[in-house]
Amino acid sequence: MATLNINGRNHDVQVEAQTPLLWVLREQVGLTGTKYGCGVAQCGACSVHINGEARRSCITPVGSVKPADRIVTIEGLSPTSSHPIQKAWLEHDVPQCGYCQSGQIMAASALLAKNGNPSDKDIDAAMTNICRCGTYQRIRAAIHTAVRTKA
Amino acid sequence: MKTKTHHNTNLSRRKFIISSAAATGGLAVGMKLPFAKSAHAQATGAAASGAEINHWIVIKPDDSVVIRIARAEMGQGTHTGLAQLVAEELECDWSKVTVEPITAGQNLARKRVWGDMSTGGSRGIRTSQDYVRQSGAAARGMLMQAAANEWKVPVGELTVSNGVITHAASNHSTSYGKVAAAASKLPAPDLKSVKLKDPRQWKIAGKPMKRVDTVPKLDGSQMYAIDVKLPGMLNAAIKQCPVFGGKLASYDEAKIAGMPGVRKVVKVDDSTVAVVADTWWRAKTALDALPIKWDEGDGAKASTATIAAHLKEGLTANDAFADIDNGDVLKAYAGAAKKVEAVYSTPFLAHATMEPMTATVRLTADRAEVWVPTQNAEASLATLSTASGLPLDKCEAYPQMLGGGFGRRGGTQDYVRQATLIAKQLPAGTPVKLIWSREEDMTHDFYRPISQALMQAGLDASGNLESLRIRVSGQSINAHLSPTAIKDGKDLRQLQGLWKEPGDAQIGYTVPNLRTEYAMRNTHVPVGPWRGVNTNQNGVYLECFMEECARAAGKDSLEFRRALMKNHPKHLAVLNAAADKGNWGKPLPPGVHRGIAQFMGYGSYSAATAEVSMVDGKVKVHRMVLALNCGHAVNPDQIAAQVEGSVAYGLSATFYGELNVEKGRIVENNFHNYRILQLADMPKVETVIVPTYDFWGGVGEPTICVVAPAVLNAIYAATGKPVRNLPLKNLKLV
Repeated sequence: MATLNINGRNHDVQVEAQTPLLWVLREQVGLTGTKYGCGVAQCGACSVHINGEARRSCITPVGSVKPADRIVTIEGLSPTSSHPIQKAWLEHDVPQCGYCQSGQIMAASALLAKNGNPSDKDIDAAMTNICRCGTYQRIRAAIHTAVRTKA
Repeated sequence: MKTKTHHNTNLSRRKFIISSAAATGGLAVGMKLPFAKSAHAQATGAAASGAEINHWIVIKPDDSVVIRIARAEMGQGTHTGLAQLVAEELECDWSKVTVEPITAGQNLARKRVWGDMSTGGSRGIRTSQDYVRQSGAAARGMLMQAAANEWKVPVGELTVSNGVITHAASNHSTSYGKVAAAASKLPAPDLKSVKLKDPRQWKIAGKPMKRVDTVPKLDGSQMYAIDVKLPGMLNAAIKQCPVFGGKLASYDEAKIAGMPGVRKVVKVDDSTVAVVADTWWRAKTALDALPIKWDEGDGAKASTATIAAHLKEGLTANDAFADIDNGDVLKAYAGAAKKVEAVYSTPFLAHATMEPMTATVRLTADRAEVWVPTQNAEASLATLSTASGLPLDKCEAYPQMLGGGFGRRGGTQDYVRQATLIAKQLPAGTPVKLIWSREEDMTHDFYRPISQALMQAGLDASGNLESLRIRVSGQSINAHLSPTAIKDGKDLRQLQGLWKEPGDAQIGYTVPNLRTEYAMRNTHVPVGPWRGVNTNQNGVYLECFMEECARAAGKDSLEFRRALMKNHPKHLAVLNAAADKGNWGKPLPPGVHRGIAQFMGYGSYSAATAEVSMVDGKVKVHRMVLALNCGHAVNPDQIAAQVEGSVAYGLSATFYGELNVEKGRIVENNFHNYRILQLADMPKVETVIVPTYDFWGGVGEPTICVVAPAVLNAIYAATGKPVRNLPLKNLKLV
């Protein structure tokens, strides 16, 4: 049994403590926007925010998450896809298959929250999520666009 | 502009709801659907609120247009491109267009009226553009006729624009939504008699329209097969014998009997075991704890070294066949003023789609259904039928948005077969979702085949290329997947891109003495098409070796190629386009070096330049220019997206891509040891599209094959040494 604060709402879940947060989100809470890609924190498809930090939920045991921790998933990033990152993603038509994009958007929005005007080097360092379709060029451009939109 | 984007957003949301309904059999998957129609009703049209003008087009009273799509969307933009082609001829309002995938069962029920659903070989648009455009034009004619009938005026006096039909003389005006019901009752014209627009007059097609499927991919609402949830659904995790060809010997079910959520341990087939549980995580956890013994079989003797030796033998063996055999290659080579010889190699590669293999199956006594990420829904349907034992007309395959395809999810529907076999062992009507772990996905792929190439060139005293012999030795995709495609024991497919025949993947050079040979050397490792298939390996062999020849001749890389391309004007034009935009011959910053390459595949012509520098023995790719002639450019922005993606896919292979075989099994099993290019390593990519409008070529695959050779040739320029073996991570480049 764990209590999780997800997208501003508390959820009680009956699950083994070592279950990764990813699978609790997907299978118990029903939030499937967060994706499984590798299970070993290599690809970032499972990225969510915990207390504002981008975290890889596939290696985060649900037992390590405290009831007071604020978990935000892609579904809770903004009410109407109005986050500057989401708007920039739309403007640049970033997604191809889209499977990794929840994680990309969560990583990029966490970067932007910390660093209002990231340089290309900052983007290189923060955006380590894998995209097999190869949308990287547009991700970079969209992050720069989001900075301008935000300002 | 801003308003329009906003408008599209809302429409895309509606589209998402429609396709979700179609894809989930009308079962609400955690969301409210605006209508409770089944997938059948969705797919057969005649939707309560819309009129089916023809099988591709449904128009609703509010003027919204639903365009049905038979091909799969896996990110390559085909849904958007096909919708543009239909909308162009239909003359409808693009902002009111949504798309709706059809199901395999419906295609079958309507005698395959939607044609081929297979989406591979970069054929999604090029092999259906004619009939979808004709259907759009035919529907436009019927809608105008309906208006003419209503107004009792000759149809020739009407004009149409953006879905609004006007008769200027009588000042009448109506919209598609108002005449759709009447139009749907009119006789359909013979498609072949329908006149199509000159592509140079296109207003919707040929333009960089936004994708129709972006919005739900921004907020987590896009459903993929891995997200499917059905009432009473169970989840399955699977393990196949790690050695290909090996068998399941035994497993000790008692050891996991008490584990949380576990419902059943299932012997799926001779080499596969699955655990079924209430959640996938519990199924996987129990499967990892299940003691399993394998009978590994003969395959366990194979290793990277034994496979390499097997291929090496094929480089000089006598059992090769030749496709091109012009002049006398051996004689010319023997008498050449200067000889160049090299052996190249490329490894096995995994597709590694971001979404691993998955399928959800529900079986009852007289009905089989699968929710599946598939590049060929009809292959999924056929697999479901075979594995369930139910006839095709009792089966249905609901294609889902794919989390990547790249050739992995086409004809080889292994995951559908497995999910069906698992469902068969569960109570009737119990849906089961099979998800492969990443480790399973990477170690049980249909891999890009491994090969080597012996390259021999003879130059005359002036440095002209007099003879070229290419001997490819390696594994055959057809031998593994479709042996009947090999004619007279000659598997031409492995020479893709080096072919004699024009039109699809022809070699771009004329050499007086030229021979292209293939020696089939198969292994126990399963192989299949991998985005770009054999053009990637053959592109490296030919274009890197051409660089060696140019340097041996003391000639400029571009000029050396140009001299051999007079009979191949389309190859040459694309090479020139890449060279121009890539500033070939112009000065570069200190330490930066340039490479160039051209190749052909999927009916399209590609060329690239790469700018590379070496920092501490490591390669940094700064900029790549890719030129593409795909005949017709349906959506330039999406073509650019595919080109950019092909660079990332190609560079992952160039830098890191390698699978080793040890004791018969694949060693690399996740992204930590099968690395994928990250954003930091992505060069600036510039796409130059040079369509000539006299053919229809592919887009998704053609440009990958020039990525590696352009980069390797730039490294050659930087280091003075050719790179002949991939990936780069294994090479010392200082």
